[in-house]
Amino acid sequence: MANECNNRNESCIRPDDPRYKELKAYIDSVRDQQGINIMVLQEAQRLFGYVPLEVQKWISLELDDVSVGELYGISTFYSQFNLTKQGKHKISVCLGTACYVKGAQAIVEALQQHLDIEVGGISEDEMFSLEATRCLGCCSLAPVMMIDDDVYAKLYDTKQIPEILDKYYLESELEHEMESEVDA
Amino acid sequence: MAKAKAKMTLDTLKSIQADVLAQQEKENNIRILVGMGTCGISAGAREVMAALEAELAEKSDVENVQIIPCGCAGMCTYEPIVEVVEPGKKRVTYVHVTPEKASEIMYKHIFGGDPVVKYTINGEFKTLNEQNFYQKQKRVVLKNCGEINPEDINEYISRDGYQGLAKAVLELKPEDVIEIMKDSGLRGRGGGGFPTGVKWSFAAPNKADQKYIICNADEGDPGAFMDRSVLEGDPHAILEAMAIGGYAIGASKGFIYVRAEYPVAVQRLQTAIHQARELGLLGDNILGSKFSFDIDIRLGAGAFVCGEETALIASIEGKRGMSRNKPPFPAKEGLWGKPTCINNVETLANIPQIILNGADWFRGFGTDKSPGTKVFALGGKINQTGLVEVPMGITLREVIYDIGEGIPDGKAFKAVQTGGPSGGCITEENLEIPIDFDNLVAIGSMMGSGGMIVMDEDNCMVDIARFFLDFTVDESCGKCVPCREGTKRLHEVLDRITEGEGEPEDLQRLEDLAENIKATSLCGLGQTAPNPVLSTLKHFHDEYEAHVTEKKCPALVCKPLLTFEIKDDCRGCTLCSRMCPVRAITGETKQVHVIDQEKCTKCGTCLTVCKFGSIIKY
Ligand SMILES: Cc1cc2nc3c(=O)[nH]c(=O)nc-3n(C[C@H](O)[C@H](O)[C@H](O)COP(=O)(O)O)c2cc1C
Ligand code: FES
Repeated sequence: MANECNNRNESCIRPDDPRYKELKAYIDSVRDQQGINIMVLQEAQRLFGYVPLEVQKWISLELDDVSVGELYGISTFYSQFNLTKQGKHKISVCLGTACYVKGAQAIVEALQQHLDIEVGGISEDEMFSLEATRCLGCCSLAPVMMIDDDVYAKLYDTKQIPEILDKYYLESELEHEMESEVDA
Repeated sequence: MAKAKAKMTLDTLKSIQADVLAQQEKENNIRILVGMGTCGISAGAREVMAALEAELAEKSDVENVQIIPCGCAGMCTYEPIVEVVEPGKKRVTYVHVTPEKASEIMYKHIFGGDPVVKYTINGEFKTLNEQNFYQKQKRVVLKNCGEINPEDINEYISRDGYQGLAKAVLELKPEDVIEIMKDSGLRGRGGGGFPTGVKWSFAAPNKADQKYIICNADEGDPGAFMDRSVLEGDPHAILEAMAIGGYAIGASKGFIYVRAEYPVAVQRLQTAIHQARELGLLGDNILGSKFSFDIDIRLGAGAFVCGEETALIASIEGKRGMSRNKPPFPAKEGLWGKPTCINNVETLANIPQIILNGADWFRGFGTDKSPGTKVFALGGKINQTGLVEVPMGITLREVIYDIGEGIPDGKAFKAVQTGGPSGGCITEENLEIPIDFDNLVAIGSMMGSGGMIVMDEDNCMVDIARFFLDFTVDESCGKCVPCREGTKRLHEVLDRITEGEGEPEDLQRLEDLAENIKATSLCGLGQTAPNPVLSTLKHFHDEYEAHVTEKKCPALVCKPLLTFEIKDDCRGCTLCSRMCPVRAITGETKQVHVIDQEKCTKCGTCLTVCKFGSIIKY
């Protein structure tokens, strides 16, 4: 299995990870319904943050009659699913029509440059992953991007971007400090 | 409320309505409505709400004030919006509210009786409804959005909620319901415009042990968000309509297929379903009749093609969302092979009112062939963006100039795009055409789900076509060759043109390929994917020509076709040369600088950093 955990070494999900228990409880709660494959993958992604092949194999053993191939087919078809580990914060830049005509491409480019990542990639320090999405439903506030659940609206000026990202770095530093204080 | 479960009747429904209205109309009663749609929340409505509640909590003796979260009123640019409603008094609308302003409003207005005029729109003490934006609108679908608490079923009931369902199951036969729907002339708002009553009449006679009603809330058109707004602002209307549909075609089970990207909508639907079950408005023997109906939610996983009926069905079945050939139509063989009716959110939102008020009432709006209203998401280069609901038959010019108040910054209007990735661009010459399903198709676009994106002189139409193709290439399910391969080739050609490597023959190539894809694709996605190309080719041929022959982008969008140059009035501040990422700019301090065109990557950094406006692009 080792070679399947090649996405950033320390992130392998161990077979005894407690989240599998939660996933099993969820599967048991929906087991008697029809057509639950997507729902189970969605729950797995909610729990683990992504659905690597090892998790899919586990699910396939748990569900009767569902092959890994089928799950893999689903997880690669739908854009919601990530097969590799995501950054601590997920940046989604809207490239829907309303945002595009108002210059959202410039936001993507600014982020790429600033974080040195590609769309679909994850930053070196694993703080951010960058995605382009279609319409977040805030078209009146275009152009918009979302970091986790927070919407940043009317980003006409890409110079705001470093400032926005700094907030997250700062938060993370504070967390670290708190942790090390607790440790001490 | 739970005790009402056993015996929910029309009388109980009416008595709930009377109670809620009596409370609202009580003298001194104050309702504070806070816009809590996705747009409001992203502008900071949660913090505003918390501030209002904190102030109220301080005053334990105040009992006449209710703070009510509600859906989006359509003018998202003013969010966060807080409105104060008191019986017998002018409604007060506060805009761009912050937590600090909220506290002040509570003190001065709610507790002190003195509205804070400076926080109203432009400090003019006018309500949303007095804005130009609302003058030509007619609210049927959005009637409750921004008016009621979507998480309180009683508020929905107070506005005649569930009385359409009561009328259907208690007074009408299923055939009668279908007849009313046919008479109303309601056409599907999901894009196709197929008459809803006719669709129901196809599914009704098919005998099966199980039939299904599906609500299509996959809202895939990027740039359209009316379905989100209805789900967030008025979820019970959808449940009621689905139950009416279930009664009409003989289905006892419904699914709502909603995008996972709409977490607020999902949560409000869950709450609504729970409340409706509690009150016996979903479940067994609804309102004491023999009719039983229940609803489940399924989350979409991010695939545009799943808005297409057969792909959607595959997705609910837990498979990859790939479309299949029709016939058999879902009305005959749908979800798990059973007869199934799929209706769009906005379509459904009309239905309770049609049943309650009759087909003639509905025909009082709109045109003969397209009765009723349509909600558009007005966006792009326009002064007032937002959701507008207008009677069919209104002209595009009225929507763009009277409601949307025209193009910002004195720029020239270029085109309006309707129908999203399946639609086309409409130019100045067609702005007087009355909007309805058939007229839009006749001018080479389509209604689609109602995205209406305005473009000005700064948008390059070749680039826009490429943008839409980028979308369809990504979203093609891959099952049929014309769509999977054809859209890729179209995209390649467009890419080439915007990169400055196009040739004059490419234009004909685009057209031939587009016609082929249209004619031979399996489902609606491929059949309509070339539309953005064909319509821009037709209306903006000059712009394509400029790209391929002169290698110029007239709108100055396509970077590889641009030239950056420093004018003679350069003061030699050296800023651009220091900021240029590829060191393409040279020059001595206080001397005019020069850009090495070979090295320049047209990133535009110099243009943005120059403080003296000495750099031009053309
Ligand atoms: C590629 C494609 C995408 C579609 N996306 C949607 C959608 O997002 N929402 C929707 O209601 N209908 C969508 N439709 C139309 C549906 O297939 C279907 O016609 C509609 O949901 C029927 O409901 P209506 O009759 O109430 O419009 C789409 C169709 C195609 C071909
Ligand atoms: S297009 Fe960006 S939010 Fe709709």
